[in-house]
Amino acid sequence: MNTTQINLIEPAGDEARENYLTEHTVRSWLLTTDHKRIGILYLLSILVFFAIAAVAAAMMRIELLTPNGHLVLPETYNKLFTIHGVLMVWFFLIPSIPSVLGNFVIPMMIGARDVAFPKLNLLSWYLFLVGGALAVYSVIIGGVDTGWTFYTPYSSTYSNSNVVTMIAGVFVAGFSSILTGLNFIVTIHKMRAPGMTWFRLPLFIWSLYSTSLILVLATPVLAITLLAISVERIWGVGIFDPDLGGDPVLFQHMFWFYSHPAVYVMILPGMGVISELVTCFSRKTIFGYYFIAFSSIAIAVVGFLVWGHHMFVSSQSIYAGLVFSVLSFIVAAPSAIKVFNWTATLYKGSISYDTPMLYALAFIGLFTIGGLTGLFLAALAVDVHLHDTYFVIAHFHYIMVGGMVTGFMGGLHYWWPKISGRMYPESLGRIAALVTFIGFNLTFFPQFLLGYLGQPRRYHSYPPEFQIFHVLSTAGASVLMIGYLMPLCYFVWSLWYGKKAPANPWEATGLEWKTASPPPCDNFEETPLVTHKPYQYKPEELREGAQHA
Amino acid sequence: MPEDTVAHQFNTMEQQREADTLGMWIFLATEVMFFGGLILCYTFARFSYPQAFEEASHRLYVGYGGPNTAILLCSSLTMAFAVQSAQLGRRRATVAFLLGTACLGLAFLVVKGFEYHTDYVEQLVPRWHFKWEGSEAPHAELFFWLYFTLTALHAIHVTIGIGLLLVMAVLAARRKISAENHMPAEITGLYWHFVDIVWVFLFPLLYLIGHRQ
Repeated sequence: MNTTQINLIEPAGDEARENYLTEHTVRSWLLTTDHKRIGILYLLSILVFFAIAAVAAAMMRIELLTPNGHLVLPETYNKLFTIHGVLMVWFFLIPSIPSVLGNFVIPMMIGARDVAFPKLNLLSWYLFLVGGALAVYSVIIGGVDTGWTFYTPYSSTYSNSNVVTMIAGVFVAGFSSILTGLNFIVTIHKMRAPGMTWFRLPLFIWSLYSTSLILVLATPVLAITLLAISVERIWGVGIFDPDLGGDPVLFQHMFWFYSHPAVYVMILPGMGVISELVTCFSRKTIFGYYFIAFSSIAIAVVGFLVWGHHMFVSSQSIYAGLVFSVLSFIVAAPSAIKVFNWTATLYKGSISYDTPMLYALAFIGLFTIGGLTGLFLAALAVDVHLHDTYFVIAHFHYIMVGGMVTGFMGGLHYWWPKISGRMYPESLGRIAALVTFIGFNLTFFPQFLLGYLGQPRRYHSYPPEFQIFHVLSTAGASVLMIGYLMPLCYFVWSLWYGKKAPANPWEATGLEWKTASPPPCDNFEETPLVTHKPYQYKPEELREGAQHA
Repeated sequence: MPEDTVAHQFNTMEQQREADTLGMWIFLATEVMFFGGLILCYTFARFSYPQAFEEASHRLYVGYGGPNTAILLCSSLTMAFAVQSAQLGRRRATVAFLLGTACLGLAFLVVKGFEYHTDYVEQLVPRWHFKWEGSEAPHAELFFWLYFTLTALHAIHVTIGIGLLLVMAVLAARRKISAENHMPAEITGLYWHFVDIVWVFLFPLLYLIGHRQ
């Protein structure tokens, strides 16, 4: 243990001070075991996949400007939505908050020098890269047209595209998820600083703990399912082939047993970020700490029992449908609890509208819309009408883009001073947050209407009366693109020209703000001692807490 | 306490030990889910075609599967001895028991190899000159698909386990595993017992369906 005399709150302006970014060789990055550097490696890699998937989305939106579309062939359109889905789900959303922000801040938040298994952490990034490379390779050699869901028997028998290569990519990336989840669970259990009891943990940790449980328990099922598809495709024998006595619906059960919990992997971390932001920028203790903490666990547990709501029209028995419908309504309760608690935290708080807070407020609104429309879809009779329509598309984009990506952007702005040691330009940040919000709603709200009117998903053409909604949606996508490009530009700009960040620019509680920006290699000069609950933002409590800082 | 054996992210040996053990248990949980998915497929198929599965199962030789079960169970015993010896700091015994366990694992694979050969000769490999007398050929083929997938996945795990055991034997011989630092051996032990337990489930599921004449 280091017991040097250096003051923890020393100003960060000192150029001579060593930090985790000091070493500049390529080797020091590619062979690093520092969780902070690995987080940055993840950030750079997911941006590449995000860009490819976003281009695919842009091409789809342009194709859909006119009812018959003239940009791409129908087959190409099928490949575009597959690329978009696969890359966005497995190579952007799932690793976004957990692997980037989680890797960066979890050890600091709990007062540890690193995650429990640093080498495994690096291995996990390399597996992610190999998986991503395989997926991109499958796109280069011709693409895949099954949709990200790989439904059998189309994927296993009939599709004439590169299903096996793509599946291999997802399979390998799955092991990356598993290792990251395993690492986080052990880290949170065993690496907490003295005095950091379970109920002194920041809520971000609780949400990532729940996320990790899902990653660890659900991903292996996806792995074995994908393996079975590959075997069936290559050797023509398998459990999903009706000719051999198999059952395609069995595939759907196994796929959604993973993929529905995975949907919570794509929202729980966002909720964790919002819990940090709302309390910090309201200058108020979080309302209902225990409820928010346990609602994360509840979402993880109940989330494992609702997969059948994707299969209301797939020959599942009506009784199974009823049970899955009820359970889906139940899983909405913990999400609602979180929204109520965030709102109650805002009440009578001293709210400042910094960029991260704008994203947090956007999250609360968009997530509520996404969650409520999810309840429409969980209702058996309504789902028969809305199943496989744009309504579903709009619903899950409100959760995944309006929720998770907004949370990711909020978190990235919030921790950017810690990550880079520089401040981003605040006014540009606020404008970008606003542009994103407008662009997002313009893109996806018309899709609710389209879906309700009966436009099915995954079609490259549509009846002319739907055109106005598609034009609105495409216009929104262009605005959204500007909203995402702006932060990219000013984050890069800030690396050279941004104002130097102090150790704690937001005057936030939390151990990650008690060390310098950017942090030293071992995070803390001295292992911190925790003596109080998180989020003590009230002035008198802050003074009491400061004695121990 | 020897400082050099504690990795830099940990404060104490105790903490490292607990983290390593918990990590392995979580990994084993993922393995349960991994095999569990395939056993779900098996359950579905067996409930759908009980007759075909019974007949197909009778074509497997308990003469191979039975002794193999015994071999793996014995290997778990020698593994337990190896861990115990490591905890007590008995270097020679540790190395001997680790190598013994590896040999038993290898014996298992050899027997399995002969069994696969017999299956091939009797034309029981799906999509590879598969031949079945009877009405339910596709369903029997399904059984053998499950049989080969499950046992092959298990054999891969055994192979990895043997590799781990050999590494541990080398570490123990070089005094890298001692009474204070026996965790590598213990964690390998956890993995090996898991591989054994998987087989304990696979053997009755695949070989012992219904009554044999």
